[in-house]
Amino acid sequence: MSTLQMPKVDNAIMSKKDKIALDLRGIINSKNVLSNPDELRPFETDGLTAYRKMPLLVVMPETVEEVSQILKYCNENKVKVVPRGAGTGLSGGSMPLEDCVLMAMGKFNKIIEIDYENRCVVTQPCVTNLAITHAVQDKGFYYAPDPSSQIACSIGGNVAENSGGVHSLKYGATTNNLLGIEVVLMDGTITKFGGKAMDAEGYDFLGLMTGSEGLLGVITEVTVKILKSPEVVKAALVGFPSIEDAGNCVAQIIAEGCIPAGMEIMDKALTKATNDYSKAGYPTDAEAMMIIEFDGTEHEVEAYIQKAKEIAEKNNSSSLKISKSNEERLKFWAGRKAAFPACGVLAPDYMCMDGSIPRGKLAEVLNEISRLSKKYNLPVANAFHAGDGNLHPLIMFDANDKESLRKCEEFGADILKYCVKVGGALTGEHGVGIEKRELMCEAFNDRDIQQQLTIKVALDPNSLLNPGKVYPILRKCAEEGRVHVHGGKTKFPDIPRF
Amino acid sequence: MSMEEKQNSQTSLDFNQNIFKPTSREEIVEIVKNCYKKNIPLEINGLKSKNKIGRNFQSEKTLDLSEFKGIIDYKPEELYIKVKAGTPLKEIIEELDKNNQQLAFEPNDFGYLFSGESNSGSIGGVVSCNFAGSRRFKVGSVRDHILGFQGINGKGETIKSGGTVVKNVTGYDLSKLVSGSFGTLTILTELSIKVLPKPETSKTLIIKNPHLKKALDFLGKALSSSTDPSGGVFYPDYFGKNFVLNDLTHDGGLTAIRIEGPINSVDQRLKKLSKELSLLDQELSILDNEQSNIFWSRTKNLEVFKKLESNLSRIVLPISETLPVIQKLKSYDIKYFVDWGGCLIWAAFETLNAKILGDIKEIVKKHQGYITLIKIEDDLKASADIFTIDPIKYKISEKIKRSFDPKRIFNPGKMYTGI
Repeated sequence: MSTLQMPKVDNAIMSKKDKIALDLRGIINSKNVLSNPDELRPFETDGLTAYRKMPLLVVMPETVEEVSQILKYCNENKVKVVPRGAGTGLSGGSMPLEDCVLMAMGKFNKIIEIDYENRCVVTQPCVTNLAITHAVQDKGFYYAPDPSSQIACSIGGNVAENSGGVHSLKYGATTNNLLGIEVVLMDGTITKFGGKAMDAEGYDFLGLMTGSEGLLGVITEVTVKILKSPEVVKAALVGFPSIEDAGNCVAQIIAEGCIPAGMEIMDKALTKATNDYSKAGYPTDAEAMMIIEFDGTEHEVEAYIQKAKEIAEKNNSSSLKISKSNEERLKFWAGRKAAFPACGVLAPDYMCMDGSIPRGKLAEVLNEISRLSKKYNLPVANAFHAGDGNLHPLIMFDANDKESLRKCEEFGADILKYCVKVGGALTGEHGVGIEKRELMCEAFNDRDIQQQLTIKVALDPNSLLNPGKVYPILRKCAEEGRVHVHGGKTKFPDIPRF
Repeated sequence: MSMEEKQNSQTSLDFNQNIFKPTSREEIVEIVKNCYKKNIPLEINGLKSKNKIGRNFQSEKTLDLSEFKGIIDYKPEELYIKVKAGTPLKEIIEELDKNNQQLAFEPNDFGYLFSGESNSGSIGGVVSCNFAGSRRFKVGSVRDHILGFQGINGKGETIKSGGTVVKNVTGYDLSKLVSGSFGTLTILTELSIKVLPKPETSKTLIIKNPHLKKALDFLGKALSSSTDPSGGVFYPDYFGKNFVLNDLTHDGGLTAIRIEGPINSVDQRLKKLSKELSLLDQELSILDNEQSNIFWSRTKNLEVFKKLESNLSRIVLPISETLPVIQKLKSYDIKYFVDWGGCLIWAAFETLNAKILGDIKEIVKKHQGYITLIKIEDDLKASADIFTIDPIKYKISEKIKRSFDPKRIFNPGKMYTGI
């Protein structure tokens, strides 16, 4: 793999490994401090498997006080700390540094309180996203943000990355569904931002921390709001003869005032690949395929789905199926959810990109991706959260061929730059991490970045918490790696990704 | 100095004036750079609809952004509008109306409270205060609708964060941080705001009911039901007469629940809601679209507190705590109504002094909420804390303030002493 520049290794810290381990064993239960290479190996990477680094040590605190004491110790001794939840992130946000203490939050795995009266759940950060819904679904409630890795990703990680999902079009991302957090700052300060009451007074630190990718604090408790599950959910599976038609259909559905719960598009390449893989019954002759899902009460869903049907037909839809049962609806989704493994079958490796664009630019951007695909001579398949303009091109390549990898990285960077050029963003939901760090200057100028760094310094003056992430180190728009999958094997091959 | 910054110093501003009324970003940059250099504190104003909220503070000059206005870009199909910060909210709402769209967070109009007539202020002021209306529990607060902004920091540097697309996790989400910061971090220049389609229809179920406990029970059940309400308020007996509407067949205390969406769906959900709340033996009214809109507009405008002479506070709580808090506050001679489906109390205190205020703050804090003083008598305002903050958050706030405004020239002391 291409080499990734990380902050300079502090040799003095490296040489004090035993002393630091001993000190940390004085703070927490000694079996929760890992120092043998064999024990450290599982922590060397996260969901962005292209990059690996063994941490100096791994600590697994069990209480907020322990988190506080470890951070205080590391701050005083200038030891870098990288926080980690479930380690499923796709941008390398919890990739360790050689001279860091990796703080694995896995022991914070309990739901603390389910409060139906106030419609919220208070939980420790390493409870999985889906476990929250599981805990409340018997009473007809659920937690709305649904990143596709929800079976494995942690709620604390969701907060750190401001994770979205298929349904964020209607229900928002993590930041819009969060009521409060408990955080430990690098100097060991424990504090709470927000709580069960909405919109806490004063500066919105809850909003600042959400999506800050573990650079400002370690999350030790999360309060999320829960919603009553919708009565009815229906989906339409629509084929289009061109990407333009599909794109126009999206724009008109939005303009007509119906906001679907989710609206997904796949291009022909991906439709075929996923259909072959999961036998979902997709219209494989269509140039673009769309899933439009509505939820609500029966009349509401019926009214919207009819409207969507009319709009699709006006935009030359070549096929249209409306789910008659929940089973059929889930079948519509089965192929879409298998987008990653389906690509694994097509090529030895692929990189998953995560750009965000204005909805109206869909056809333009896909045409550009198709042009770049020819230029770099690498196949690409496109999945798209069309409702909110979040694009996931999957570039296929062969990592054993250095030239192929280099081309793939350049291709990926070109796509993201184009997303920014048409008024979009570098990342819609995967985060910047190490992956898109050097592309930040495409989206921001020096002053914008400097303002953000000043905030970082205000809360972590020694820049010890998750350094080398989000903000450029090289200070030039270098091409870095993407979500890299070899031989169809992701770090967690059984987690759906989309 | 970049080319852009050099050009900034080419405006012909007279620095002897006390009130600046810039019309361009370049002028604002020049003013701030000058104030930064000379340590001149600035009071930042939009349309002054909410400038009485917050602490008194000393400022040498005033930056009046009322002429820094205009819609920069409105893309209905992309669901966003980009505007200059001084643009009147009214103008934005009128523009969105043309495309049957709206700002779903329905911000309060504080004009009625302070001056007896509508003044919904500028969009910059709306964002700086982050006070959302009745739809809050369903759609989020003002901050949840800010896609991005451009602003000038305390050194006169132009900064931006976010953009115009809904999904964007590139860098820290500074749009959240500037929302509700009362102009103490940055001078907002441009705002990109998410807009949403207006619902096809809105209807409101009104239950005649003078009892708070019963009302909170109705609201709690409604908000936990799949009928998906978008508003829930309780007005006690003394405010019932404020709502004379054709379809409202009774006066006195009332609980109102709003349902919005396609017509068929709204009717179906209203029926379902009545069943879920076991309303068979209750006196009910249903307000149709037009009257429903009037009702919620009066709520948003705090019209029951029009030209209020006493003190008004805004208390936010988890719904479970609303009943015990109001019961405790009743001994202080209050008039109140409940919004946000039971989570927000607008409470007017006939008499308020430092001692009573301290007691009330203690009560609210004990019940996991917070209280913000919106309108307060001048004597008390000089000494009272309008906002409440603990020492740890104060320390963090101080650091964040300095990272944006190192010399504390923007609205210094408006939120807290020293910030």
